[in-house]
Parts: sequence; C-alpha cells; structure tokens
Amino acid sequence: MTAALTIPTDTSGLAAPAHQLGRWRRLPPKAKAGAILLALFVLAAIIGPMVAPYDPSFQSPNPALSMNAPSAAHLLGTTQSGQDVLSQLLSGIRLTLELGVLVGLIATALSVLVGVTAAYLGGLWDELLMLVSNVFLVIPALPLLIILLGYLPRTGQTATILVLAALGWPWGARVIRAQTLSIRNRDFVAAARETGESGWRIIAFEIVPNEVSLIAANFVNTVLYAIGASVALAFIGLTNTSTWSLGTIMYWAESQEALQLGAWWWFVPPGLAVALMGTSLVLLNSGIDELGNPRLRDANQRAKVDGRRLQPTAPTPVQHAALPQRTSPLTAFLRSFSRSAYIEDRARRVRSTQPSEGQR
Amino acid sequence: MTTDLGRPVPGLADPGRGRRLSGEPVLSIRDLSIVYRTLAGDVRAVDDVSLDLHPGEIVGLVGESGSGKSTLAYGATRLLRAPAVITNGSVRYAGRRLTTPTDVLQLTTDQLTKLRWREIAIVFQSAMNALNPVLSVHDQLTDVIRAHLEVSRRDATSKAAGLLDLVGIPRTRLRSYPHELSGGMRQRVMIAMALATDPEVVIMDEPTTALDVVVQREILGQILDLKDSLGFAILFITHDLSLLLELADRIAVMYAGQLMEVGTAVEIHHEPAHPYTKRLLRSFPSLRGPRRELTGIPGTPPDLLDPPPGCPFLPRCTEGTDACTKIEVRLARVRTSADPDHLTACPFVLPDPELPDSLRMSGAEPAVIAAASQPNAEELKP
Amino acid sequence: MPFILRRLAFYIVAAWAALTANFFLPRLMPGNAVEAIMSKFPNLTPATYHALEAMLGVGHPGSLWSQYGSYLNDVVHFNFGISVSDYPAPVSTLLAQTIPWTLALVGSATVIAFFVGTLFGIFAGWRNGGWLDRLLPGLMFVQAMPYFFLALVLLWLLAVHVLHIFPIAQGYAGGLVPGWDWTFISSAIGHSILPAFTIVITSLAGWMLQMRNVMITTIGEDYVLAGQAKGLPSRRVIFNYAARNAFLPQLQGFGLALGFVVSGAIVMEIVFSYPGIGLLLLGAVQSNDYPLMQAIFLVITFAVLIANLIVDLVIVAFDPRVRTREAA
Repeated sequence: MTAALTIPTDTSGLAAPAHQLGRWRRLPPKAKAGAILLALFVLAAIIGPMVAPYDPSFQSPNPALSMNAPSAAHLLGTTQSGQDVLSQLLSGIRLTLELGVLVGLIATALSVLVGVTAAYLGGLWDELLMLVSNVFLVIPALPLLIILLGYLPRTGQTATILVLAALGWPWGARVIRAQTLSIRNRDFVAAARETGESGWRIIAFEIVPNEVSLIAANFVNTVLYAIGASVALAFIGLTNTSTWSLGTIMYWAESQEALQLGAWWWFVPPGLAVALMGTSLVLLNSGIDELGNPRLRDANQRAKVDGRRLQPTAPTPVQHAALPQRTSPLTAFLRSFSRSAYIEDRARRVRSTQPSEGQR
Repeated sequence: MTTDLGRPVPGLADPGRGRRLSGEPVLSIRDLSIVYRTLAGDVRAVDDVSLDLHPGEIVGLVGESGSGKSTLAYGATRLLRAPAVITNGSVRYAGRRLTTPTDVLQLTTDQLTKLRWREIAIVFQSAMNALNPVLSVHDQLTDVIRAHLEVSRRDATSKAAGLLDLVGIPRTRLRSYPHELSGGMRQRVMIAMALATDPEVVIMDEPTTALDVVVQREILGQILDLKDSLGFAILFITHDLSLLLELADRIAVMYAGQLMEVGTAVEIHHEPAHPYTKRLLRSFPSLRGPRRELTGIPGTPPDLLDPPPGCPFLPRCTEGTDACTKIEVRLARVRTSADPDHLTACPFVLPDPELPDSLRMSGAEPAVIAAASQPNAEELKP
Repeated sequence: MPFILRRLAFYIVAAWAALTANFFLPRLMPGNAVEAIMSKFPNLTPATYHALEAMLGVGHPGSLWSQYGSYLNDVVHFNFGISVSDYPAPVSTLLAQTIPWTLALVGSATVIAFFVGTLFGIFAGWRNGGWLDRLLPGLMFVQAMPYFFLALVLLWLLAVHVLHIFPIAQGYAGGLVPGWDWTFISSAIGHSILPAFTIVITSLAGWMLQMRNVMITTIGEDYVLAGQAKGLPSRRVIFNYAARNAFLPQLQGFGLALGFVVSGAIVMEIVFSYPGIGLLLLGAVQSNDYPLMQAIFLVITFAVLIANLIVDLVIVAFDPRVRTREAA
C-alpha cells in the first residue's frame, strides 16, 4: 500500500545477521517475557497438585487454624475452614489453565473451520456464515453465559467448556476468513487448482500453513477470553463450586467475607495468578502481532537503535561522524552478558577495520 | 521540431536547451551521506553525493530501485524516518525569499517546518496514498496555505480555487474527497497542492509512474507549463531515463547510493560517459531510430551494508577490469566534452561501438580517459 | 446512507435471534422447572404459575407458533410478567428501578475511559519511544486483570483496611430514601466513585494500547508523511492527519468490545453490591426467577445493539469513504 513512498532499504545486507541470531532471539522481548511467564504457569499446572502440601478440600477441624495469615506451615495462609490456600491455588491454576486451553482448542478449531470454509466457498455460504458469526459477536457474551448457566442445573466443567467454546469462535472466524480471502486470490492457490488439487487438499496444505501465526494469535486470544470468562462466572458462583478453579477460590473468599475480615491472602493470590496468566498471554499475543505487523516491530526495535530513543516523526537526525552507540552504563553492563550482542559488536568491529573501505 | 511534450528536440542546431544555466544554484547539495542505522550495521543509502539545482531548471535524478534517489531527495528536507541518519554533508538553500542562504541540515525543527513546502515542496508518487482520505480537497489545500501565509479563511479558499484552475480541475471539486477523484485528477491535486505556497523548488518523486501513458503526457505537459509560468526548479526523480531525455535540462545518474554521471540531457543522450548510463540508454527503444535488440542489465545492485571496494557497478559492467576495484569513486570532468559540467565517475570512459551514427554528434571525437588525477591512469588500457 | 440501512437490518436480525433464543432457552431446561419454583415460592397466585408454565412451555398451553406469537406480543408491550423472587413486583418495575443506576455508572465510566485512553494512546503512538512506552507492560498487566479483582483490591485498600475513604458497597448509604435532594445525590456520587474508578482503570489500559498500535500503523502511511512535508504545525498532523484516520479502527474496536464492557460492568456491580442491572441479574439467576432473567437478557442485548448502532453512526460521521461507498 505504501510501496510508493517507502524508501527501499537494501535488505540483502541484513540476511547475514539473521542467521547468526536464532529464531528465539529474533522474537521481540515482549513475546519472550510472555512465553517464559506462561511456561512457569504451565509448569505449575502440571506438577502443582502433586507437590501441593495439603489436600485443598481438607477442612481442618482445628478452629485455631481458621483464617490464618501466611506462616511456615501454610505458605499462603488458610481459609475460613482451615483449608490451605496454596494447595487450592495450585489446584486452581491447573483447572483454570486446563479449561482455558481446552476452550481455546475447540473454539480455534471451529474458527478455522468456519473461517476457511466461508472464504473458500464464497457466495451465499460466506454471507450466511458471516451473518451467524456477527450475530454471535454482537450479543453480549457474559450475560448470555449467565443466563445459560442459570437455565441449566449446576453443571460441571464439560458443560462450561462447551458453552464457552460455543461463544468464543466467531471472532476468530471473521479474522481467519479475511486472511483466507486474501490468500485465496493469490497465484499459488490458482496454480494448485489448475493442477487439479482437490479443495480440501488446497485448504489443508496451501492455505492453512500460511495462516499459522494468525491462528496462533487467535488461539492465545481465545484462551485469554476463556480464562477471563470462566473466572468471572466462577466468582459469581454459577459454575461448580466444589471444584477448585481460581474463580471458585475467590467466590468462597468473597462469600466468607474475606475482604471484610482482612484475609488478603485468600483472594489476592488467585487474583494475581489470573492477572499474571492473562498478562503472559497478552504479552505473547502482542509479540505475535509484532511479527506480523512490520511497522509495529520496527517501531519497537527502532526506538532503541542508537542507544537513544529515536522518535519516528522527528526530522531525520544529522550526526556528522558515526557516533558510537550511546548507551547508559546500566544498559551496557546488562548487554555485556548477551551472546547475540557480543556477536553483533564483534562483527561491527571487524567490518570497520577492514581495508575494503575504498570509498572515501 | 518538438518532442511529444512540446520541447525542442535536442539536436545539433539547438544549443539552447541543456545549456549550463549560470547563476547561483537555488539548492546545493554537497557531500551528502545518509545511512540507515540498523541492528546489523549502517546501510549506506546515499554516499557522498553532490548536486546543484538552478532556478527554473529541471534536473532529472535517474536510477533503479534501491539506488538511493528517493533517499537523497527526501533526505534533503530531512523527511526520512528512523532509522535514517544523515552522517555527512550540507544542503544549502538560497531561495529568493531568504536574505541569506541557509543549510537545511542545521535548521531547528521550527525553522524546518517553516521552510518545508513554502520553499521546497514535494509531489509524491501515489496520490491515492499521499492525500489524506478524511479531508476534502479544499481542506488539504487551504491548511497548507494558512500554515505558511497570513491569509484569511476566505482568501485561502479563493486561492485554493485558483490553484484548481491552474491545473485544470473544475472548482466544484473543492468539496470532493480524494477517493471520489480519478487517478489523473488526484495527481493534479497533488501538483496544485505543491504549488500552493509558490515554492522555489519542487521535488517530484516519480509523479507519473502510476498513471497510464495518455494521462502521463497531459500531466507532464502541464508541469512544464506551470514551471515556465511560475519559475520554480524541479528535481525530477524517476527510473525512466527516456522520459528525462525529453524533459530534463540536466540529468544525474545514480547507482548504489552514488552518482555515476551528471550532465546535460543532450550530453547524456549523445555522449554518455559511463558504462551504466550507456546500458540504460540501450535498454529502451527509440521511436525514430533503427530497430535494434533491447538489452537489459543482468545482475543486481550491490550490498549497501558492506560495499565491496572500488566501483559499485563493476560486477555488472561489461567494460570493467580489475583496476576498477582500486579506484576511488569520484565525479570528475569528462575531458572530451565541451561542457565543463559534464561529470562522470568512470575513469575509463570508452566510445560506444554500438551507438548508432544518428545519435553521434558529427565531428565529435570519441571520449577518452578522464580523471587526470588518477594515479594509475597510465597503466590502464584506453 | 445505504451503509446505515444495512447495519440497521443486521441489528434487526440480531435482535430477532436474541428474542428467539430467549424464547427457546427456558423450554430446553430438563425436568419440570415450574414444580421447582412452586416448591421454592409457594405463595404465588395461580395466574403467576400459569404464566410461568406458558413461559416454560409446560402443560401444553398451545402450539409453539401461538406461544411464540404471544411472547413477541408481550415483548413489544413491555409486558415481562411478574417477578418470582421479588413477588409481586412486575418485572418492568424492577428494570425501571435498576437501569438508570447502571446507565449512569457504566455508561459514563466507559465513555470517559474510552476517550481518555484514546487520547493517551494518540500521544503514546506519536511519541513512540517516549516515557509513555515504559508504562506499556504495566498497562498490559492491568488490562489482563479481571475487573473484579482490581475492584476487590481497591476496596480492600481504600474502603476496608488501609484507608477508610470510600464506602464499601451499595449505591447509597443505607437508610436513605432515593430522591432528588442533595443528601441522597451526594451519597450516590460518593458510592459510585470506587466502582467508576475501577471500570475506568481497567478499560483505559485496553483503549490506550489499542490506539497506540493503530497510531503507529497509521503514522507509517504516506499522507502523514505528506502532512509533515507540508510544514503543517505538529498538532494538525497529529490530530487531523494521523489520529483522525486512526480513530476509525479504534471506533470499530469499541463497537466490537461493547459486549465485553457490559460483561465487566455486571461483575463490577456484583462486587460493589451496586443496585444496577447486573446485581439484579445475579439475584434472578440465584433464585431461578426466570421471568426476570429473560427480561434482563433482552434489555442488555438490546442496549448493546443500540450502542453498536450509535457507534456506526459516529463512524459514518467521521469517514467520508463509508458515506460514498455505494457510489464509488
């Protein structure tokens, strides 16, 4: 779109460093932070309940153990009925993450199915599917969820998952359809059709592989939505209150007046856990966003080139004589530990001392 | 005899066009170097370029994609976005309105804002992208008028209407939005906008490349008429050398961020003094000359991040030798040319055996080696 | 104009879908729900039981079509029946009592958050690399936090334990009678500060981040560069060239997010025991007050649809291309 004015930078010279930096390092720092944080939670989800010190549902008959602040025996304190908050938390992380991932998988699969089909078939099917998606999108989700759960008797995890997935697919379907439409008109798809590849094969092998990052972003978004919605529903008390999801822990905290009694250890840890899980997903997502949108990526990377922050809309800076990278001492210190930075610096130093500089 | 655009055909009997214009240049670029500061290092987009633009002159800047011609032009008004950095040189502007000439690169942001458009305007390549889609034509014309001139709203509106008259667009179009105009009309609006504050220099970045040939011809004709009547200088950037041969007074050929040859259109056309220019000339057909095979230029431009030593064109040059890796790339006078301002970066300029006689100037000697300051000149084959 | 008409047609279809879903959902419930209600609320009049049966499709009250017809007729006349949990108040009365509270709180807080967040986003996008960028990770954290968690934390800090500035719950001090006198109004305002504050903080982050990203993309467009090349004052380039174009996707995002805004607000009301429609909905669900549940769902959905329509109107006002799309 802006091919007209974009000053063409010679990218042939940039191929070499990309090989030196592995794929992990090329990810924007936001995505890396998000991925690491998420990995911690996944780890907690996997091994958490196994290393939990107590059974989360075990109610201690000892009244002295009720509503205890964090101590050596109970790292995150106890609830009204003497249950260990830490164990509940670990159990909750697993349950909530499980639910989120399951909903994400189902909803994303549905999104891809609907989106690609709508774009590929086109015409009336496209209009119909999109109409359905848009109607689902415009109707507010949480009230509908509340009503649905209100009509059904106290339901378990499965029903919640299905209901959440049923409301979570439309957004992704629209996005994927848009992308598929633009890919569908490209030459390599036409070529595949000409050589007689069947529709399904084209979809599976030509179109979908090109949308992987979009599908990944969609998945992350859906997990985020699922966690948020399920925690909210559990907090209100509409889902099964005998299983320990993070929202349920907070539901019990609220109903037992933890707030008024000052038992912050009861409701803060689960809330923080949800917040941090959500943050890691948002970071991961904005990292994936940047990979897809070169302007965002450039904006975030450019800002640091030169050691100083360059404002993109300021007039082109004039620096007579190449300045060394002006970095603050702290940045330089931290940077000295980075392997990729070492490689870059060394390459730069070698280049500047080569006698091949016959241009001036 | 005139060309399609109504300009006199460059010929033997017409010494007028392309004659060196005397007087102080209105824009004087000296030793300008611009790099893109990337994580991998500095990409040398423009390397030590010097160019002059005289009042009322049309200078064509030609080169392939990535040659740095756009970078040069936008860098002159510091319009390049990060990570571009200007690392050397000066851009001296000496317009009529200024009491003393000033170096654009040394201006503060406020001074730069005042200078932009009022003195140096730009016509962008794609009008669809360069016009603000949510503002009407009237708003886009008047906002720049009112930003630079102290006029009332009504005067600005009538001035905007006058500008549309100038480019041949009906006044009712003032109310239109860019998406409601045809391609040619949009480009005309861009030109009208560029002339809104009566600039001395207009930089045109491939203004007609996105248009079909018929519209292209009309617009170029209009540009020339406007130039003659209003008297501004034009820096015309394009990859189409054939266009410049008809349009420009002087032509600068750029390659890999450096100037390869600078001269009048007549000289470049008949006595090209650089292998790259010669290849460019041979890559488009002539309407009137004999039929001949078109040749492109195989190969790709060099890596600007880590340029090889010597002449950047060497890998694609059919006349190059090992000696070319040792030269220092500088513009120097072409000895055989009558024009003292015909410069070339190739010290080994050779006569072109395939150049048809009709294009040679009668009685002229073949060009010989220039750049007497070259230390190894004697060792090299002519 | 055709754009608005098409959107209107879409909203009508969506409204019809909501209405129909609302009609069918109670009928899908397993078991005989009416008996459950009867045992829970034994003192309702027989007429109410019959109405409930009609609503739930129990006891063969006629063909499905005739039920549907009378249901639609009721909706059009705002006849939502009698509330079971708050017997004998009619549902419409309950709605009328609570809707103003929700509108006042959620409506104003959301609008404030949107505009302030967008404004910050404009500056963060323009001065990319400035100090606002350092806030980004923090903002992401706030955005990812569940609405009610922040509410709880703020309540704990400012109302319960650390400081005691704000009231803990409800829309106004207990014992006061709602009226247009200053005591009541000041009490109402005081009670709404924390909830409003919570809504503003959690949603502002989202709007700011989104606007920042859109601005960065827009700044890369040629017309912004042209605006700078024209030597226009910075403010004009930022607002009339960049922001005005970036605002369109931002508005569209706002439209899409309206559903979430409402959802968050509902939970917020529950945390603060704020007498709005969200609290009413929870009470209805907890006490199986089906008529009330149905009505609230309809009201919320219709409100979101109308808000979407308003957003579409604003988009048309801002984007000339949309207006002449059919002509192009």
